[in-house]
Amino acid sequence: MHAPDGFLNAGTAVATGAISMGTVGMALRQVKQSVEDNQVPLAGIAAAFIFAAQMFNFPVAAGTTGHLLGGALAAILLGPSLGSVVVTVVVVIQALVFADGGMTALGYNILNMAVIPSFGGYALYLGFRRLLPVSASGVVAAAGLAGWGSVILSAMAFSVEWLFGATAPVSFAEVFGAMVGVHLLIGVGEAVISGLALGAVLGARPDLVFGAADLSRADLSRRRGIPVRTFLIGGLMTSLLVAGIISQFAADDPDGLESVATETGIVQGADDQIFDSSLFADYATAGIENESLSLAIAGVAGALIVLAVGTGILAAIRLRHDSATTV
Amino acid sequence: MGAGHAHTLYVHGHSRIHRLAPEIKVASAFSVVVAVAITPREAFWAFAVYGILLAAVTAVARVPIGFLILRLTAVLPFVAFSFLIPFIASGSEIDVLGLTVSVEGLWSAWNILVKAILGATTSILLVATTEVSSILQGMGKLKVPQVFISIAGFMVRYLELIADELGRMRNAMRARGYDPRWVWQVGPFASAAGVLFIRSYERSERVHAAMISRGYHGSMPDLGSTRARPADWVVAAIVPVAAVVVAVTALVIPR
Repeated sequence: MHAPDGFLNAGTAVATGAISMGTVGMALRQVKQSVEDNQVPLAGIAAAFIFAAQMFNFPVAAGTTGHLLGGALAAILLGPSLGSVVVTVVVVIQALVFADGGMTALGYNILNMAVIPSFGGYALYLGFRRLLPVSASGVVAAAGLAGWGSVILSAMAFSVEWLFGATAPVSFAEVFGAMVGVHLLIGVGEAVISGLALGAVLGARPDLVFGAADLSRADLSRRRGIPVRTFLIGGLMTSLLVAGIISQFAADDPDGLESVATETGIVQGADDQIFDSSLFADYATAGIENESLSLAIAGVAGALIVLAVGTGILAAIRLRHDSATTV
Repeated sequence: MGAGHAHTLYVHGHSRIHRLAPEIKVASAFSVVVAVAITPREAFWAFAVYGILLAAVTAVARVPIGFLILRLTAVLPFVAFSFLIPFIASGSEIDVLGLTVSVEGLWSAWNILVKAILGATTSILLVATTEVSSILQGMGKLKVPQVFISIAGFMVRYLELIADELGRMRNAMRARGYDPRWVWQVGPFASAAGVLFIRSYERSERVHAAMISRGYHGSMPDLGSTRARPADWVVAAIVPVAAVVVAVTALVIPR
């Protein structure tokens, strides 16, 4: 997910940069106001933890490996504001020091890897907590599901950004189908690791889990192990099901799309690349049979992202007020 | 992932570029990358000029070419997917070496590849000539919020320690016969990640207690860092200004 320099056009880079700076700036102010200075070493060491956990590849199937993104996990462990700040630090240092992801791509990389997984993932976590029993296993399952959802939200966000800032003639429908499809499966790994890692922390030091502060000792002792295999098979089945549904209406006939594209011979004038006056990148909508359907999908995806992130931000603000009034 | 340790990214030296104030270098590197990113992809000459500029910086900084190439090869797998674009993109097609690819797709792949390489080279040169702690200091001078800088400072300081700790846990697991091949064997790894978080947290508590006892109250003391002189800014501006001029020229001249 670490996009390099020049991956999306300049306008999208600037726009996502402004959104990321605004959100992370707000989160930083909140972290500074609501916590004591011992949060600074904690946040730094948590960032090192996320960085290290990302370096450690785990096997997915023979030969292929994946790694944790960690946005949702960080948000549940540390709270959405501190979590988003921590992952932002990781992404910035990766770009600046390790040349991993471009410096001018920081706007969308921070948005996709830090802001959306942390705030969106935390909102999903709160949602799943309401549905699941108030117990340690409920928290673990909610964390797993939030991890899965955060990866998909992030893939959707990437596709929507592609619609505005594409630099290659690959249509939005194709990018959306590929990104969301692949991440439905990648998300299963994220879900298992987020859930189990949170379970391990909950077992040893439940006081360290921000998202489980409401659980009493009795709630915590009510835990029933979920076998990894059951969790995984369930996750994979759900992913395939959702992928099937999405592929049905996202791109019902990809071959048709391609043939239309070649028949109409869409060759874009290269000169309108940067100062393109239209809102959407020509590339992303070029060669699509049904442009309005694509835009509808993008609209729904965008609304879902905004809803999730907004809920996460609201939750973060409310939590701070609650703690301010009770203390 | 950019695996590796921060200190192996730095090339010790006393060149003009090593001696420049870090905020100047951070600002210059950022300007160069922005210039590269906004350059239209048809302007081959502009990318050649950027290449020459970066080569000149490499020479003045006495960064070994081998080191630069080695670091670049560690970064490049992450742009490998751009090679796929010519095959999946739409538009008119041409034959290259017996393969049918999309013309527009080739342009896009070239665009992403050249910008990614120039961007990565710039950031490799920045880190090769500036220690990470100085980069953070420079970012602070450029008005990046202090909390952010402090958090990043702690992260960089403890990254190696925590990565080592994870490595030791992994060795211990291997020594006991854990050799996962499939994703459903990920359980022990995930629990290890949880334990690593607890160890990291408890370490941060000890670190904080130790810092309080040594008089820490919210921010690190500034150990005599010098302010950049205006003359330094002027000298250091040569490369980024040249890059921006090239980018603007490439944007303005008709293609």
